[in-house]
Amino acid sequence: MAAWRLVLIVAHKDLRAELRTKEAINSSFSFALVILLLFSFAFDPTAEVTREISGGLLWIAFAFAGALILNRSFAREQPNDCLDALIAAPVPSAALFLGKALANWLLLLGVEAFCFPVFGIFYNIRWTRQFWPLLLVVVLGTWGFTLIGTMFSALTVNIRLREVMLPLLVYTVMTPCLLAAMQATSLLLAGEPLAGEAAVWLRFLIGFDVIFTSLSLILVETVLAG
Amino acid sequence: MIAVAVEDVWKFFGDYPALREISFTVEPGECLALLGRNGAGKTTLLRIIAGFSPAGRGQVRVFGRTARAVETRRLTGVLGHGIAVYDELSAIENLTLFGKLYGLADPERAAREWLERTGLERVAHGLVREFSRGMRQRLAIARAFLHDPKLLLFDEPFTSLDDRAIAVLQSVLRDGLLRGCTIVMSTHQLREAMELATHVALLNQGRMVHRCERPPEMLSDPGWLYARYGDL
Amino acid sequence: MRKNIIYVLAVVAAVLLVRNLEVILLRVPVDAEQGNVYRNLYFHVPSAFTSLLGSILAAVASIAYLVYKDLKYDALAVATVEVAMVMLTVTMVTGSIWARVTWGIWWTWDARLTSTFVGWLLSIGYLVLRTAIEEPTARARISAVYAIFASADVPIIWFSIEWFRTQHPAPVLRAGGYIDPAMKSALYWNVPAILLVGVILVLLRLRQEEMRRELDGLRRLAHTLS
Repeated sequence: MAAWRLVLIVAHKDLRAELRTKEAINSSFSFALVILLLFSFAFDPTAEVTREISGGLLWIAFAFAGALILNRSFAREQPNDCLDALIAAPVPSAALFLGKALANWLLLLGVEAFCFPVFGIFYNIRWTRQFWPLLLVVVLGTWGFTLIGTMFSALTVNIRLREVMLPLLVYTVMTPCLLAAMQATSLLLAGEPLAGEAAVWLRFLIGFDVIFTSLSLILVETVLAG
Repeated sequence: MIAVAVEDVWKFFGDYPALREISFTVEPGECLALLGRNGAGKTTLLRIIAGFSPAGRGQVRVFGRTARAVETRRLTGVLGHGIAVYDELSAIENLTLFGKLYGLADPERAAREWLERTGLERVAHGLVREFSRGMRQRLAIARAFLHDPKLLLFDEPFTSLDDRAIAVLQSVLRDGLLRGCTIVMSTHQLREAMELATHVALLNQGRMVHRCERPPEMLSDPGWLYARYGDL
Repeated sequence: MRKNIIYVLAVVAAVLLVRNLEVILLRVPVDAEQGNVYRNLYFHVPSAFTSLLGSILAAVASIAYLVYKDLKYDALAVATVEVAMVMLTVTMVTGSIWARVTWGIWWTWDARLTSTFVGWLLSIGYLVLRTAIEEPTARARISAVYAIFASADVPIIWFSIEWFRTQHPAPVLRAGGYIDPAMKSALYWNVPAILLVGVILVLLRLRQEEMRRELDGLRRLAHTLS
C-alpha cells in the first residue's frame, strides 16, 4: 500500500481520538489565552510596542500551548502499549511518524487559527494585512515546531520524567525555528511585504524544516525499533 | 520453509547479556512455549523475534526474512502485556484501523467477523474506555488475530485474563494451530499453555537450557520440566 | 597501560600549565586599554576552542554509535559532551568577568554569546536526558539521536542568531588590530595546554564509563541470581 495512505490513516486515527475527547486541544487553547492575558501585564500594550513584539508574543504562546498537544501525541499510545501494536504493524516507521506529526500539525494550526483573531481583538492589531505570507510563515514555523516536538516525544516515550524533560530538549533545539518565525511574523504583522528581511527569515524556516524533516525520517526507525 | 529461525542470538543491556547464544528453529504449525522465571529473557527474546528491538549479535529470520521486514510484520500477530487498543475509539474503529494498517482488502468486514468471534458484536460501537477488563482483553485478542497472521507471538497470553477471555483465546489459538499457524509464546500459566504447546523451551538467565517436544508428563504435571532441568 | 598514558599526559599538562601561568601572569605586558583583566583571555580562547573540538567529536561519536552499536562510542560521546560543557562554562565565565570589567555588564545578547549559550543549553539537555534513562543500551541509542539533532542544529542556530544580530545591533564587541607578539605566543602556548587538560578529562571519563558499565552489568547479573 502506498506509504502516504498509511500516513493519512495514522493521522486520521490521532485526529479522531483527539477530537473525540478534545482534552489536549481545549487545554492548549485555554493556555494560549492565559499567556496572551499574562503578556498584557508584562508590558504596556500600546499599538507600537505590541506591533514590535507581536511575533515573539504569539510564538511564545504557540510554543507553550502547543507543547500540551505534542505531549499527548505519544502519551496517548502509552497506557495500553498501543505503540507496540503500531510498531508491529506493517507500517514504515517514517509513515507512522509523519502521520502523527501531520495530526499534531493540524491540531496546532487549529489552535493558532483561534489565537490570531483573539490576539487581534485584545491587542488592537490588524493582523490580516499580509494574510497569505503570514499564513505561509505560520504553516512553516508550526511544521518545524511540530517536527521537533513529535520526534522528541517519540524519543522520550519510555522515559521517566518525560514531561519535565521535553521542554528543555524541544525548546532549545527549536531556537532557530522560533526565532525565524517570530521575526517574520513581527514584520508581516507590521504590514511589511514578504521581501528583504522577512524573506530571509522565511528561508531560514524552510531550511530548518527541510533539514529536520529529513533527519527525522532517517532516524525515526532507530528511535522506535532500534 | 522454517517459520522462525533464531541463530546464535545475543542481547545486551549495556555489558550484561540478557540473552546468550540462543539458537532454535520453529517449524510451521508448531506451538513453542517459552518457560522460565521472571528475568530469564522470555520477553526480550519475543521482542527480538517481533522486531521491536534488534539482536545484539546473531540473527533472527521469520519465514526467511528479517524480523523488521514489512512483509514479515504482515504475517505476524503480536499480543504483549498491554491490550494495545485505543481507549478513545470504539471497538469497531480500533479493529478497522488495524485492518487498514495491515492492508486488508475489506477491513470493516474483518473487524465485524472478529467482533463476532470474540463476542463483542453488540458493543461494536461502544468506546473501549467504557469496556470492562474482560471485554478489552477479548478485543485485544481480536486485534492480534485480525489480519490472519501466520506467526503468533504472545507474551504471557493467559496472565490476568478472565475466564471468558481465556476460553476465547484458547479457541482461536487452537483454530490457528489447525490452520497451520505457528505460535511462540512465553507463559507462566502452564496448565493452559501445555494443552496447546507442541514444544517447550526453558530459559534460564538468558540461556536456553533445554528445548524438546512437550513431554506428555507435563500435561498432568506442568512443573515437570522445571523439576528436571535445574533449580529454577 | 591506559592509566600510564593518563599519568604521562597529566605530567606534561602540569609542566605546560605552570610554564604558561608564569608567562601569562608575570611575563606578558599589561594591555594598554583593558588592564590586567585581559589576561583571562589566555583561558577564554583555549577553552572555547577545546569545547568546539569536543562538540564535534561528540557528534561524530554519536553517529559512530548508531552505525556500529558499540558502547565505547557512547562513552566517548558522553565524555566529550561533558568536557565540552565544562569548557564552555569556563569560556562563558571568563568572558563574563572580562565583560564586567571592560564594559560594565556581565552579559549581552550578542550573536556569539547567544549562540554559545544555546550550545551550552543543548549540552545540558543531552546530559539531563541521559540521567533519565536507566538501561545503558537504550540510553546510548536515544542520546545519540538527540546529539545528532543538536549538532545539526548548531550551524542553523549560529547563522540565524548572527543574522538576527546584524539586523538588531547589540554593542559591538570585537576588538581587532595589533596584538603584541609576546601576547600572541602566550596564547598559542596555552591552547595545547588547555586542550591537553580536556583530553585527560575525556580519558578519565572514558575509564569511568567503562567501569560504570561493568558495574551495571554485574548488578544486573546479581539481580538475576538473587
